Amino acid sequence: MKQMEHVSAPDPPALPAFGRALWRYRGQRGALIPLLQSAQETYGYIPKQAIYEIAGVTGIPPAEVYGVVTFYAQFRLEPQGRYVIRLCTGTACHVNGAPMLEETIEEVLGLKRGETDGERLFTLESVACIGCCSLSPVIMVNDETFGKLDARKLRRLLKRFKKAARQEERG
Amino acid sequence: MRSFKVGTSTCGVSAGADKVLERLLSLAAESDGAPVAVSETGCIGMCYREPLVEVVDGPERVLYAEMTPEAAERLYRGATRDELEAHVLIEGESGDRDGFLLEQHRIALVNCGHIDPADLDDYLAQDGYAGYRKAVTAMTPEEVVAEIELSGLRGRGGGGFPTGLKWKLSRASAADTKYIVCNADEGDPGAFMDRSLLEGDPHGVLEGMAIAGYAIGACEGHIYIRAEYPRAIRRLEAAIEQATARGLLGRGVFGGEIDFEVHIKQGAGAFVCGEETALIASMEGRRGMPRFRPPYPAERGLFDKPTNINNVETFANVPWIVRNGGAAFAALGTPKSKGTKVFALAGKVVRGGLVEVPMGMTINRLVLGIGGGVREGGRFKAVQLGGPSGGCIPASLGDTPIDYDQLTATGAIMGSGGLVVMDDSTCMVDVARYFLSFTQSESCGKCTFCRIGTKRMLEILEAICAGGGREGDIERLETLGRQISAASLCGLGQTAPNPVLTTIRYFRDEYEAHIRDKRCPAHVCPSLVSYSISEAACTGCGACIKVCPVDAITGRRKELHVLDAEACIRCGRCYTTCQFDAIIKD
Ligand SMILES: Cc1cc2nc3c(=O)[nH]c(=O)nc-3n(C[C@H](O)[C@H](O)[C@H](O)COP(=O)(O)O)c2cc1C
Ligand code: SF4
Repeated sequence: MKQMEHVSAPDPPALPAFGRALWRYRGQRGALIPLLQSAQETYGYIPKQAIYEIAGVTGIPPAEVYGVVTFYAQFRLEPQGRYVIRLCTGTACHVNGAPMLEETIEEVLGLKRGETDGERLFTLESVACIGCCSLSPVIMVNDETFGKLDARKLRRLLKRFKKAARQEERG
Repeated sequence: MRSFKVGTSTCGVSAGADKVLERLLSLAAESDGAPVAVSETGCIGMCYREPLVEVVDGPERVLYAEMTPEAAERLYRGATRDELEAHVLIEGESGDRDGFLLEQHRIALVNCGHIDPADLDDYLAQDGYAGYRKAVTAMTPEEVVAEIELSGLRGRGGGGFPTGLKWKLSRASAADTKYIVCNADEGDPGAFMDRSLLEGDPHGVLEGMAIAGYAIGACEGHIYIRAEYPRAIRRLEAAIEQATARGLLGRGVFGGEIDFEVHIKQGAGAFVCGEETALIASMEGRRGMPRFRPPYPAERGLFDKPTNINNVETFANVPWIVRNGGAAFAALGTPKSKGTKVFALAGKVVRGGLVEVPMGMTINRLVLGIGGGVREGGRFKAVQLGGPSGGCIPASLGDTPIDYDQLTATGAIMGSGGLVVMDDSTCMVDVARYFLSFTQSESCGKCTFCRIGTKRMLEILEAICAGGGREGDIERLETLGRQISAASLCGLGQTAPNPVLTTIRYFRDEYEAHIRDKRCPAHVCPSLVSYSISEAACTGCGACIKVCPVDAITGRRKELHVLDAEACIRCGRCYTTCQFDAIIKD
C-alpha cells in the first residue's frame, strides 16, 4: 500500500495539458481514471493538488479519488528518477533468471522494487510481463528493452547508465 | 515493385525491428531508383527469430530472420538471397525451415504478420468486414447468434463459457442501451496473445465486436485495455478512426440504419480488473473490486445496462465464423472444445512465440514438435498453463490433448493461452511461490480467505524455500488451498491455490526435499544451495574475492582461491561473476 508521503512535497506548477483534460472530461461518466492518467502523463506522477482539482470537477470526494489512486499499480504519488528501470517479472522471465537480475540491480544501484534513489537518477519498478518472453530475462530502461541478460551483462549495462545519468545531471 | 515488410510488434521492436525499419525507410526516402515499398506488419509468431523482414519481389517471397539494419541494407541494395542464406526462414509457398508453422491452423491469427495493421485496405483485401457486411445485410441478429452457437466457440479469456449462449442471454435482456465490452486486460504474467492480436490485426477484433453489437442489439462498444500496451492502443485508435471514416464503424454503417461506435478505456494496472465485474467497476471509475453475481453483466453491467463481455481472441474468431459458417469451425477440435486456440509459448523452450493450433493437439506435440523441445539440452519437466489461475502439468501427462475438460481434469486449466515450459532447472516450489506472491499482491482484499489465506500460504512457501519448512507444511498448504477456493468471491481467490495444489500433486518429492533434506533439487532457492570452488577451473583471478560482500573467499593472485562455507551467505555473486565456471553450485 502506498503511503501519503508526498504531502510534504512542493506543488508543481499547473500545466495547461492537464487543465485541458479537466475541461474535456467535465461531466463525463467514468472519467476519474482517464483524468488521473492524464495528470500522471502531465506531471510524471499524481501531485496532491491534482487530486483536489479532479475531486472538484467530478464531485467525487478527495478521499475516494485517493482510494482509486492507491488501488491501481499504475499511479504514483512521487516523482520518478531520470532512468526508470522496469524489471520484467513475468513467468518466463522468472524461470529464466529475473530474481538474479533483481539482486544485481540491488547490488549495483542499491534499489529495491518501487524505490527511487536520493538523487532521483534511477527508479526500479517491476512489470508483470513486457511480452517479449523469447528474449527473457528482460528489463526496460525508459523505452528501450534489453533482453537475454545475465548478471554480468546487466552489471555492465547499469554501470553505463550510471555514468550517463551522472554526466547528464552535471551538464 | 519490390516490397519490404518489417514485423514491428512489441516483440519485434524489443529485438531491434524499429532500427531495421528506420534504416529501410531512410533508404527508400533517399533512393531515386526503382520505387520500393516499405511497410510494417504484425507478429507472425516466430518471436524467437525476430527481427523478421519479408521481401516480396514479383512472384518471389522470402522471409528473413534475425535481421540487423546492416543486413537489411544489403538486401535493399540488391544482395541476393544466397548471400543472406543464414537468415532465410521461409521461401515461397513452402513451409518455414523450422517447421514452426506446419502444424498450426490459423483462424484468429490469420492476418497477423501478413497484413499491414495500419492499412485498412490490406484488411479489406483479406475479406475484411465481409463477415460484418454479411451479418448486417443478409442475416437477422438471431441467425448470427445461432451461427455462433453452432460453432461451439467458447470464451478464450480463461473461463470457457459458451459464447453463443452468452450472446443469447445478452440479446434477451431488454433495455434501451446495451454495451459490448472487449476484455483486453490480459493479466496473466506470461501471456501476450491478445496484445499480438491487437497489434497485428486490430480490425479483426473490431469486426468481431461489431458483429456482436449487431447480434445482441448494442450500439456502443468499449475496449478495456492495459495501459502497458501502448503500441496496441495506438494501432486500435488508428483502426477505429479509419473504419469510422469509411463508414464501417460509427453511425449508419454500410449506409444503413445500424450504429456501432467503439471507445478505448485504458486499464490502470490491476490484475483483478480482468474479472468482469471488477472490470466494469474500473470502467465506471471506481476501485476495481469484483461483486457478487448474479446479476451477470448480461443483465446488469456497465452503468447498470446489459453488457456482453468477451475476450479479444473470442472476438477475433467471430468474423471467420460468420464468413465460413459455424459448422466449419465446429469441424475442428474435440467434441466439447471446438476450433483453435492461440498460445504464447515461452519459458525454457527452443522456439518461443505465438502459435495457434487446433483443439485436441497434445501438449507434447505443441512443446516438443512446434516448440522444438527444451532449450540448451535440459529435460522437459512440466508446462504451466493458465498462469496464476492455472496449474502445472508434468511431462508424464504430455499426451493430454488441448481440450477444456481434459486439461481441467489434470488440475490445471486451459486458461487464456499462457504456456510456460519448465525443465529440470526450474524449481516447482519456487514456481508455486512465484504465482502465489503474484495473486497475493493482486488480491483486492474484499474476501478474508483470499486476502489473508493467500498471505498465510505465501509465508509457508517462503519458509520452505528459505530452508525453514516444517513437517506438516504440505498438508497445511492443501487445507488452506481448499478453504481459499471455497470461500472466495471471484475467480482470483477461487483459483489462486491452483499453482500450489498442482505442484504438490505432481512434484511432492520436491517439496519434501526442501522441507526434510533442506535441499533444492533444481538449485534455484538461494538459501538451499551451497557454493564451492573447483580446483581444476579456478585461475586465481580474484574477481570473486572482490564481489563477495562478506569476504568469505580468500586466496592470493594466480593461486587457488578458497571459499569459507561457514561465512558464505549464499548470495551467488561469485557464481554470476566468475568467467571460468569455477564456482560450483550444489
Ligand atoms: C482474476 C481474473 C482475471 C481475469 N483476467 C482476464 C483477462 O485478462 N482477459 C480476459 O479476457 N478475461 C479475463 N478473465 C475472465 C473474465 O472475467 C471473463 O470471463 C471473460 O472476459 C469473458 O470473456 P470470454 O467468455 O470471451 O472468455 C479474468 C477472470 C478473473 C477471475
Ligand atoms: S476472491 Fe480475492 S480478488 Fe476476488 S473479490 Fe475476493 S478478495 Fe477480491
